[in-house]
Amino acid sequence: MNAISQVEVPTGDPLTDSRFTVPGMRCAGCIGKIERGLALVPGVAAARVNFSARRVAVSHSAALDAEAILEALRGLGFEAERAADNPLARDDDETRRLLRALAVAGFGMMNIMLFSVSIWSGADVITREMFHWISALIAIPVVAYSGRPFFASAAMALRYRRTNMDVPISIGVILATAMSLYETVAGGAHAYFDGAVMLLFFLLAGRALDAMMRGRARSGIAALLGRMGRGAQVIDEAGNARYVEAERLAPGMLMLVAAGEALAADGMIVEGRTTIDASMLTGESDPRSAGPGDPVHAGMINLGNPVRVTVTAAAQDTAIADIARLMDGAGQSRSRYVRVADRAARFYAPAVHALAFLSFCGWMIAGAGAYKALTIATAVLIITCPCALGLAVPAAQVVAAGALMRRGLLIKDGSALERLAEADQVLLDKTGTLTLGEPRPTNLQVLSARDCAIALGLAQSSRHPLSRGLARALREKGVEPATIEGISETAGTGMRGLFEGVEVALLRPEAETGGLAADLLVDGSRTRLTFADPLRPDVRPTLCALQAEGLPVAVASGDRFDAVASVARKLDLFAVAAMSPADKLALLERRAAAGHRVLMVGDGLNDGPALAGAHVSIAPGGASDVSQQAADAVFVGERMMPVALAVKVARATMRIVRQNFAMAVLYNVAAVPLAIMGFVTPLVAAIAMSGSSLLVVGNSLRLARAAGKEEA
Amino acid sequence: MTILGFLIPLALVCGVLALYFFFWAMRSGQFEDLDGAANRILIDEEP
Repeated sequence: MNAISQVEVPTGDPLTDSRFTVPGMRCAGCIGKIERGLALVPGVAAARVNFSARRVAVSHSAALDAEAILEALRGLGFEAERAADNPLARDDDETRRLLRALAVAGFGMMNIMLFSVSIWSGADVITREMFHWISALIAIPVVAYSGRPFFASAAMALRYRRTNMDVPISIGVILATAMSLYETVAGGAHAYFDGAVMLLFFLLAGRALDAMMRGRARSGIAALLGRMGRGAQVIDEAGNARYVEAERLAPGMLMLVAAGEALAADGMIVEGRTTIDASMLTGESDPRSAGPGDPVHAGMINLGNPVRVTVTAAAQDTAIADIARLMDGAGQSRSRYVRVADRAARFYAPAVHALAFLSFCGWMIAGAGAYKALTIATAVLIITCPCALGLAVPAAQVVAAGALMRRGLLIKDGSALERLAEADQVLLDKTGTLTLGEPRPTNLQVLSARDCAIALGLAQSSRHPLSRGLARALREKGVEPATIEGISETAGTGMRGLFEGVEVALLRPEAETGGLAADLLVDGSRTRLTFADPLRPDVRPTLCALQAEGLPVAVASGDRFDAVASVARKLDLFAVAAMSPADKLALLERRAAAGHRVLMVGDGLNDGPALAGAHVSIAPGGASDVSQQAADAVFVGERMMPVALAVKVARATMRIVRQNFAMAVLYNVAAVPLAIMGFVTPLVAAIAMSGSSLLVVGNSLRLARAAGKEEA
Repeated sequence: MTILGFLIPLALVCGVLALYFFFWAMRSGQFEDLDGAANRILIDEEP
């Protein structure tokens, strides 16, 4: 093996693996293009695309640094980012554990059912006993393996003197298995091995679905993460640039910050003049100009020219670190939230156990003997075991989360859906939430059709934020790019090229202007394009939809008073301006203290504490990493409607969950008296259990239809 | 009825094999990239 890899990489370097997220991957062609294109880069041994995760794993020689691979990907036409060690990856292991347990339970269930069917159809005594023994041999290891997730969770709950759904499940399963084992040894007629294992199978199916839904949403969010500020190009004394992770940055280092990059540390500009966008950090929408001697902070984005910055504070000492400390405190209220299934278990578990105990006592008093009384008590436990209850919540939530994901909203877990349904007020951030958070041209109408094509031809080959905004706006208008020859980009000045022999250029205005602007130069005539951060296209219908659901909307922004006031007047909203992160958190806490459950929607670092402290929170896909991690859900794309849709679907989900609970209770009301009277045989238990589970799952599937209907 | 002595172990062995195969598939990452596999079929071979 070693010999082969040394042939492939002539330098004989040890191979290292790097991962990159490539959000722009859309089709089979992209996979082929990336894998083949990267394989041609010298030093790359292999590249493998994971299309589901929008990620590429590259095995390359250590001499080749990540920056070169990013450059190669850019050359292939793909924006890529270094993939961070996924902070949410831990969940993968849980999903795998549950899937393995589910597979084992499925294997056990099917085989035991094979024997049970022949017993039910009247096998004679010797065959029955033999089949009971084989069933026991299969069931006991299966229960021990597949039951672990429930036993562990139940043990944990009991240790803290609480009860959750897993306590009645565990007691039911263990008691049924033990009882059946006794029955088998004693040569009795009824063994409940099939019931116990089937119960585990159905419940594990619910848990596995739940875990897979979380995993999908989290990997979707992880693909959006890590676009900014996790490191910087540092220039050493010799003048060489190298990439340094944010944690390793130290005061005194010289960072080179390119246009469109976020700062990874606090610092002071030493060379170059640029425009700085502080909206992520403070919520201010107007970029300000900064030059040598001006302080800049981690989390700000460089919109203009490349600048050199000396680091004055890094990692723990930056302005961001203060926000992180606020967030730590704010997240605690949410961890006290009790899931709806566990709330139900608080009443359900004691009731069921009391019922089983009473029927045991009742039959003892009636003189049936300990053996018969115990058999009946076990039957009561099995029939009441919350099989349908365990599926009632996850089945509905998985269907809802899947429907929302198709509409552009990634929800992190079921508890978020439950809390979303309870929200009774909405608090919105302005910059980046109500608005796009990206500069877009405001006066495209001054351009002729030919100018538009030229502008797009120039803009699409630059990564500058203004060029990107211009290119997107033009593409949305349906403009086809003109072919520009000999394009050259000068950092800090703009793009130049030739169109049909005429000199064309997209340049920074020569004189300093108030806002953001660019000049389009066609054959000597100059057209000024101004840029602003526009409102999302569907803000109004979204606000109407939220208000129609009975949620009053307010704006809490860190921006200046007049900027907030103009938006608030336009949208007819109550707004508070110039808020610091702590102010936002305090406002939330005041509302929470007044008994309100607030849905917070925000994107910036300054919204982080509020997102963590709110009853439930949503962040846009363009939000800072911190906000996306703190929020319960992330919506992607320019449209804001997914926010209103999420509330609607969450409420529909809770209605279905309540229906499912009602069905489970009805089923119990019908089945429990039969069990207490001693009519429940293993056959009846098996039919009742699978019947009620199918009913609950079927009812939950109606959600997909309800959510799909709105699409039309 | 002696056929049972043969069929029951056979059924169990088949079940265990399927289970083992599923575990293997999970461990070797067959479920890592479900959408990718569907798309790769469309990539043309290099001439």
